[in-house]
Amino acid sequence: MSESARVETPEQAEFRQYCRSWIAANHPGESPVRLPQSAIEIMNPDQMDFLQAWQKSAYDAGLVGCDYPKECGGGGHTNFQRIANDELVKAKTPILPNVIGLGMAAPTILNHASDELKAKLLPKLLSGEEIWCQGFSEPGAGSDLANVQTFAEPTDDGKWVINGHKVWTSLAHFADWMIILVRTDKSHKYDGLSYFVVPIKAALGKGVTVRPLIKMTGETGFNEVLFENLVIEDRMRLDELGKGWQVAMTTLLFERGAGNLDTPRAGGMESKTSFTSSVGSVMKLATETMRNGKPASEDPVLRDTLMQELVKEEGFMQTQRRARVRGLIDHPMRIPLQGKLLVSELHQRTANLAMEVAGAKGTLYLADSAAPTGGQWPLAYMNSFGFTIAAGTSEVQRNILGERVLGLPKSK
Amino acid sequence: MTQPKNFGYDDDAAALKTQAEKFFTDRLPVDQLHALVAQNPTPDRAPEVVWKPEIWREMTELGWSILTVPEAHGGLGLPLVAVAGLIEAQGKSACPSPLLETLNSGLVLSHCSEPSVGFEAILAGKAVSLAFSDQHGSCGPSKTLVSVTDGALSGQAFFVQDAAKADAYLVAARSDTGVAWYWVDAKAAGLSCDHNAIIDLTRDQATLTFNNVEAVCVGADAEAAFAAAEPAILALLAADITGAGEWLLQTTVEYVSVRKQFDHALGFFQAVKHPLVNVMSQIDETKSLAYFAACAYDSGEDRAAQAGHMAKASASVTADFSASRAVQLHGGIGFTWEAYVHLFFKRQVHSKALYGDAIWHRSKLADIVLGPVAAAQ
Repeated sequence: MSESARVETPEQAEFRQYCRSWIAANHPGESPVRLPQSAIEIMNPDQMDFLQAWQKSAYDAGLVGCDYPKECGGGGHTNFQRIANDELVKAKTPILPNVIGLGMAAPTILNHASDELKAKLLPKLLSGEEIWCQGFSEPGAGSDLANVQTFAEPTDDGKWVINGHKVWTSLAHFADWMIILVRTDKSHKYDGLSYFVVPIKAALGKGVTVRPLIKMTGETGFNEVLFENLVIEDRMRLDELGKGWQVAMTTLLFERGAGNLDTPRAGGMESKTSFTSSVGSVMKLATETMRNGKPASEDPVLRDTLMQELVKEEGFMQTQRRARVRGLIDHPMRIPLQGKLLVSELHQRTANLAMEVAGAKGTLYLADSAAPTGGQWPLAYMNSFGFTIAAGTSEVQRNILGERVLGLPKSK
Repeated sequence: MTQPKNFGYDDDAAALKTQAEKFFTDRLPVDQLHALVAQNPTPDRAPEVVWKPEIWREMTELGWSILTVPEAHGGLGLPLVAVAGLIEAQGKSACPSPLLETLNSGLVLSHCSEPSVGFEAILAGKAVSLAFSDQHGSCGPSKTLVSVTDGALSGQAFFVQDAAKADAYLVAARSDTGVAWYWVDAKAAGLSCDHNAIIDLTRDQATLTFNNVEAVCVGADAEAAFAAAEPAILALLAADITGAGEWLLQTTVEYVSVRKQFDHALGFFQAVKHPLVNVMSQIDETKSLAYFAACAYDSGEDRAAQAGHMAKASASVTADFSASRAVQLHGGIGFTWEAYVHLFFKRQVHSKALYGDAIWHRSKLADIVLGPVAAAQ
């Protein structure tokens, strides 16, 4: 089914048409630099500059932030973002670089920040002019997120002094702002947490240190962020003191794709047409790869394995479609909360399968001219672990699903 | 024609499913089902046909058995996605009935050239079953071992579903001009029905032997009619497996929420919790693909065949996985005859193989999307 076959209001149909024509005229085309497979793998300023310019132009055209209120720099529409996303993904545009901002910070700010902060922060977040990162995880707070130890201590003049250590912070090396979960009370695990926005770029060298981490792929993209006596204003707090955990739950809900607002997105991993996410591209690889003198796609065992994944991929897409049909869903969170788990594991298996299809050539990496698809498959396979680990590991996702959807007792 | 966003699953479809769920819960709750079909645990018991014909009569009075009769032939004109909802509800109850086979027969007749005799019987509340398999369980009519001479059928059809509940059969039979569909009354002279001893307690199955049996040709090209109906048949069967899978999931969730070990309900432990989540995801995949296939059929899409194979490939995995995890996670009690789990376990084991298992359908799917493999030299 093409997305356009859905029943749309005249305004939505007109908007879709507008998106199509705008993209046709303004697709930035081939990038002069090698682009990363997703925004959280952006390594260098050339990549970032190219992608930021792209996001700004899509924002200026009204394709990013369509469903946000006008006073926050949005388009003030309802259910327009989904249409823009469809068209941006279908047109294989570059990805939007401000992925943490759009997917997590923006909906959290919209739901929990003061009107002053919303008006100050959201326009440049949506346009991509200000890049955001997320300060949740710490060395001692991964899956057990509420164990956050970074501490914000009140000053006599009503400000806060932050000390602590955040890790796995994607995009921190480019970020202007960070959403941060900190401890404001050491006597309560959950109720002792508060939530702030922090202008980290402005504080680099003045209480904030960003240290890039090198991933198993050899790429950078995420970081450690150290806070040493960073002073911030109380007006940078979201929601009430001690409500940080509740605010963080909003962030996580959107991070897992289960929020009530569509995240702007374009191209990239979730695009069915992009090579990393599609079983079709592994099938194509199988027809081009020889195995024992014949195309690998003629190997009956391999065919069966490919079909297993094709069924899973189509099943996933049809389940996303079913999620919007009231009569065909059970628990309201049953499908939304499975999304991140299923898509990250699907990508992982698909990339791994591609390497298996490639056989001996599956050993070749980016710098080898004989590597199938430029060595992107092993890169995608290794990167896939970022997605099955980040935003709540697959194991944590299964706990959440078992508890929130099936109603099973909470695991420790 | 493209598919509607909501699979064509409208308020009427939702109402039918709600009505069906209520009907089955009311007419045959699981304790009564167990009392009805599980009286005799003896492993080598003789084949039995246990069901409640009065429930089936009510189902026909509600108009459920005519839902695949086209509107032009006196049917109700409901889309297949609505029928899938009904079958999902039946699967969840595991109610023994000839409904699925009668609907399947209606689907095959819909693609036959002279279907009137069949549709009239279905509209009159008759139950019908398809008879086409060879002794190896072939998944379509092309390998039929029934032949036709001077309009009379001879030979055998194997693995006929709910055969003892059927009033008539739609039989694939071969002549010099190819394989055609024939309409045969269940009481016709020269026809005998030998019941198979099967695992599933909620169905019956038989081998039909034809000895010069009078028959009416309803469709000259059996393979084309079956191929056209097959995506719909597979979608309905996937819906049945979805319903049965959901019963197994929810029943197991209830059990592991109550049963305590090591001072905790079993569901507290991730070794129990995570497989149940995996069962849920697997069921959701099958359910989505079942309605996708039904919608593709309703929309007359070319890729209905592909969607049908995907639905049953997924469904066979779901049948297996939901059943095995339910028994395993129930622990000792799940291994007994006394617990109801085995009823659904056995229904799923049967459904898994019915109309082709996962490997079969993945192979068919591969032939479509990758192209067939040239025969070995």
